[in-house]
Amino acid sequence: MSGVRVSELGQHAFARGLTTGQLEALAALAVGVEWQAGCRLFEEGGSAARLWLLRSGRVALDLRVPGRERIIVETLGPGDELGLSWLTPAAQWQFGAIAQLRASAFEFSSTALIDLCEADHELGYQLTRRLLVTAIARLQAARIRILDLYAAPASAAGGTP
Amino acid sequence: MTISQAPASYRVISRRDETHDTVTLTLTPAADPIANVRPGQFTMLYAFGIGEIPISVSGRPGQHDLAQTIRAVGAVTTALCAMSAGQVVGVRGPFGTCWDEADAAGRDLLLVAGGIGLAPLRSALLAALSDRQRYRRVVVLIGARSPAELVFGGEIDAWEASGAEVMVTVDRADASWHGNVGVVTQLIGRAAVDPPNTTALICGPEVMMRLTARSLLATGMSAGNIRLSLERNMQCGVAECGHCQLGPLLLCRDGPVVSYQVAEPLLAIREL
Repeated sequence: MSGVRVSELGQHAFARGLTTGQLEALAALAVGVEWQAGCRLFEEGGSAARLWLLRSGRVALDLRVPGRERIIVETLGPGDELGLSWLTPAAQWQFGAIAQLRASAFEFSSTALIDLCEADHELGYQLTRRLLVTAIARLQAARIRILDLYAAPASAAGGTP
Repeated sequence: MTISQAPASYRVISRRDETHDTVTLTLTPAADPIANVRPGQFTMLYAFGIGEIPISVSGRPGQHDLAQTIRAVGAVTTALCAMSAGQVVGVRGPFGTCWDEADAAGRDLLLVAGGIGLAPLRSALLAALSDRQRYRRVVVLIGARSPAELVFGGEIDAWEASGAEVMVTVDRADASWHGNVGVVTQLIGRAAVDPPNTTALICGPEVMMRLTARSLLATGMSAGNIRLSLERNMQCGVAECGHCQLGPLLLCRDGPVVSYQVAEPLLAIREL
């Protein structure tokens, strides 16, 4: 008994467009979780075996850098997915995660999700497609940030006024 | 070429450091003032003996004094940023089109700013907050390079107290920052905009504006309800020199504020 209602799960952006049957299958695997502000969810290098669909609050992905404070790579909020590293062969967290604000989520075991996708390829396709959209959006956002658009413009040859 | 307007003399009455390279000067007329400036318009600010540059007005409209926010990126802007109370600058203008934020009466007003692009939007925001009941939601999404480079950060509490919903995100931060980290377009979904009933005003680097406008279109907003503040090489301010040409537009006259319906095809042309 997960305690997650199909109607609650169906309101999450990740679940929009899934059939009732697909939502029921997912809800059966989901566990509702909450974190207090400051709670560390996982550390870089740890075994990646969970996916969370954030419902409230804010979670920061961060990275330890020797000689510096932790760098926040990105923050995630309601409607976002947290924890994609289990999709890679290494299944290791690439970043750490900490709840910046009190947060709640639907939690899924990656093993159970993979098993479900193996058993139901249509649902597997739907989940894979959603995770791919998320991965692409984060890749594009990372590329935009690499551009450092808000930096001071370099002086042009003709002179910046 | 004839420049049809001589600069009016304005005296600096205060300066406020916004970030390490950005300053807001408050200017008061030393003699005859220029005409009233509307949000989104710009003036040509003249650092005597050095040069003249276009700067958007960042203060509350309809006031005797001008607030202009300047980032030190070259000789003229560095000279202006170094000014202190009592010094005199030349001001021509006001020039260009305005945000027309009042058109959003009865609708949600969404302001999306990137970096120093918050300066011209601040003027529209202050106008909207002074007539808050005219609008439904007033939502401000701000992207900055880092917490230290967030302009007007000290005003956000006051904006929220006046009825604005403000969300800030930065490109980079350490663990002492407790806000969002990521690109400003990621805030659009979290702001839960109501696409058919929203008017959006966007100002920032051109790439940021294009991406933001596309994200808004993807929510279902129409291009006609999205306005951008475009920047080119404004020089004369009176549509005579042609330096600020963008296709059929002379942005010192037909801009800087342009509907995305007009801007979208122009911004898609390389080197235009």
